[in-house]
Amino acid sequence: MDVTPSRPALDRNDPGFALRYSVASENLLVLAHIYTGTAALTLGALFGLLQGFSRANFIVIPSWFDYYRILTAHGVFMALVFTTFFITGLMTFATYRSIPRVRSVRLGWIGYGVMLLGTVLAAFEIVAGNATVLYTMYAPLKASPIFYLGATVLVAGTWIVAADILANVAWFRRNNPGQRIPLPAHGSACTFVMWIIATIGIVLEMLLLIPWSLGWTSAIDVSLTRMLFWYFGHPLVYFWIMGAYLIWYNVVPTTYGGKVFSDPLTRLAFILLLLLSTPVGIHHQFLEPGVSAGWKWLHMLLTYGVVLPSFMTAFAIFASFEIAARRAGRTGFVAIVRGLPWTDPAFTGAALGMVLFIFGGFGGIVNASYSMDVLVHNTMWIVGHFHVTVGGPVALTFIGAAYKLVPTLTGRKLYAPKLALAQTWLWFAGMVLMSTAMHIAGLLGSPRRTADVTYFGAAGAQSWHGEMVAAAIGGTLLFISILMFVIVAVGTRMRDEVAPEAVSFTFAPAEEEGIPTSPAFDALGRWAVVALVLAVLAYAGPLHDQLSMQHYPAPGMRTW
Amino acid sequence: MHLHRFERIWLAFGLGMMVVFLAAITTAAIVDGFVPPSHVQTIDPTKVSQTPPFDHPGLRKLADGSYEAYYVAHIFGFDPHHLAVPVNSRVTFYVTSTDVEHGFSVPETGINAMVTPGWVTTVSHTFHSPGKYLLVCNEYCGAGHHLMADEIEVK
Repeated sequence: MDVTPSRPALDRNDPGFALRYSVASENLLVLAHIYTGTAALTLGALFGLLQGFSRANFIVIPSWFDYYRILTAHGVFMALVFTTFFITGLMTFATYRSIPRVRSVRLGWIGYGVMLLGTVLAAFEIVAGNATVLYTMYAPLKASPIFYLGATVLVAGTWIVAADILANVAWFRRNNPGQRIPLPAHGSACTFVMWIIATIGIVLEMLLLIPWSLGWTSAIDVSLTRMLFWYFGHPLVYFWIMGAYLIWYNVVPTTYGGKVFSDPLTRLAFILLLLLSTPVGIHHQFLEPGVSAGWKWLHMLLTYGVVLPSFMTAFAIFASFEIAARRAGRTGFVAIVRGLPWTDPAFTGAALGMVLFIFGGFGGIVNASYSMDVLVHNTMWIVGHFHVTVGGPVALTFIGAAYKLVPTLTGRKLYAPKLALAQTWLWFAGMVLMSTAMHIAGLLGSPRRTADVTYFGAAGAQSWHGEMVAAAIGGTLLFISILMFVIVAVGTRMRDEVAPEAVSFTFAPAEEEGIPTSPAFDALGRWAVVALVLAVLAYAGPLHDQLSMQHYPAPGMRTW
Repeated sequence: MHLHRFERIWLAFGLGMMVVFLAAITTAAIVDGFVPPSHVQTIDPTKVSQTPPFDHPGLRKLADGSYEAYYVAHIFGFDPHHLAVPVNSRVTFYVTSTDVEHGFSVPETGINAMVTPGWVTTVSHTFHSPGKYLLVCNEYCGAGHHLMADEIEVK
C-alpha cells in the first residue's frame, strides 16, 4: 500500500521536519489499525446479514458453510477484531498526538503485526470450520489448538500496543514533572491498564484450553474456564465503551467548537471504569450452577456501580453542548440541540450513538439485575442489548470518528461527506429496527445463537417469526450502511484529493477551572493496584468455593 | 475538583435509582425467594447414566404433593421426552449434561438456566395453566443445536 500520509510540506530543510516525519510514520501505523478494523467490520457485517436472513427463514444456509461457523465468524470479527483494532489504533493515535515528540513507531508496528498474525490464525481456523465454538469458546466444545493460539497471539499483540502507549505516557511524566498527563493519553492509559488486568483472565483460560486441545490433558475444568472467560468478558465490554468515551470526551466537542466539560471529572470517569470493570463478571453467570447466589448478588451490586461513570459522562456531554451554545449566544433546549453540527458525520455518528446508549444502558441494568436475568438470559433480548451498545454507541461513534481520522491520517479530503452523513442515519434507523425487534423476541422467549427458531412449527415459537423478519430488515439497512462507510473510507484514500487543512487535528481543550487537577488522578500505578485488589476480593470467594468442591473435568468434543 | 450542584443532583438521582432497584431485588430474593438458579452440586459428566437418579430420568412425586423432574441434556436432545405434568403442581427440575454446555429454557415461564457438564442445575416452577410448553436448549451446543427441543405437557 503506497500511502504517503501527510504529503504536504515534508521538506527536509524545514526545522520541524523530524517531528513531521515522525507524525507521518505514526499516521501510517494508525491507519493500518483502522483499515484492518474496517475490513473485519465489513466481513462481520456480511456474516451478520446471513444470520438475520437465516433466522427469518428467508434463506437456508448450506451445511458446507453452516450457520454456526458464520455466527462464530460474526462474533469474532465484530466483537474481538473490529473493536480491538479500532481501539488500539484510536488510542495509539490519542497518545501519540497528545504527547508530540520524535518517536520510533517500531514497537507499535510489532504490536500491530502480532495482532494481525493472531487474527489471521484464528480467522483461518474459523473459516476452515475447525473452531465453530462461537466467540465465547465455551469448553468443553473443543476447537483446534491453532484457533486458541491465534486468539492468544491477538491478545499478546494488544499487550505490545499497551506497552507502547504506557511507555509514551511514562516518557511524558519523566520529562514533564508536575504536569498532568494530557487528557486523551490519560484515558488511553487507563483503558490499557484495565485491558491488561482483564486479559490475564483469558490468557489463564488459554493456558488450560491449549494443552487440552493439543491432547496433552485429557479433560477440562469447565466451570473454571467459564469463570475465567467472564472475568475477561465483561471488561471487554468496558474496553469498547472506553474507546467510545475517549471520543465523546476528547473529539466530539471539536465538531461544535466546544470544550471538555471538566478535566478532573473526565479522569475520574476513566478511573472508575478501570476499577469497576473486572469485579463484576459473574453477572454473566447468574443462571449457572456452581456459583452460589450470594456471590451473584455481590457482583450485581458491583455492576450497579457503573451508574457513576455513566451518569457523569452523560452529564459532561450535555454540559459541554450547553456551555458551547451559551458562548455562541444560544440558550434553551431546542436552540442548543438545533445548533449542534448535524451536517457533520463525525458528530452525527457519535450523537446518534449516544441516543442508542440510553436504551443500551437501561437494558443493561435489567441484565445485571440478578433474578430478572431469568427473563432475558440467552434470549434475543441479549442480542438486542449488545447491538444497541457495542453495535450502536461504540461502532457508530468509531465510524463517526473515522470520518475525522481518515482525512487526518491520509491528508486527504473526506470523500462523499453527504453519503457519510446518510450512512450514520441509516445505521441508526437499522439499529433501532433490528434491536427493538430482538428485544421483543427475547421477551417472548426466542433463544439466541440458534440457526432456526421455528422448532418444527411448535406453537410456543410462532410469536417470534414477525420479530425475526423485522430484525432481518433492520440488519439489511445496517449492511447497506456499512457498505456506504467502506465507500467513504476507501474512497477518501483512493480519490487522492490532498487537502492540507484536513491534516490538522486537535483534541478538545478542557474548560478552565479555578483549582488545578489533582496529581492523584494520574497515579495510574496505584489505581491499577486498587483495581487488582477489587478483582481479587470479588473472585477469591467464588473461585475458592468451586475449587474446594469435588471436581469432575469434562473430556470435551467437537459437536459440529 | 468541583461538582456542580446540578451534577450532584443528577448523580444522586442515578445512585438513588440503583439503591431502589437493589432494595426491590433483594427484598424479592429474601421474601419471595426470587434468586437465580444457583445450585452447587457436582456430578461426573462421564458417568451420568450410572448415577442415580439421573440413571432413570423422569418425573417423581414427593410425599408433600410436589414433583421432581430429572433431566439429562445431551447433544441434541433432552431425556425424558415429552414430560407430562399435572396442572398447579410445583415441579423442581434437576438437569445435568453428559457432554457440552446446554441451556434449559421454557419460554414465557421464567424457567431458564444453564446446564454445565459436571454440575447439577435446579430450577422450580408451578405450572398454573394447562397446555403444551416448548422446552428449548438456549445455549449453542453444536451443529444440531436448533433441533434440541422438547415438550412439557401440563394437564
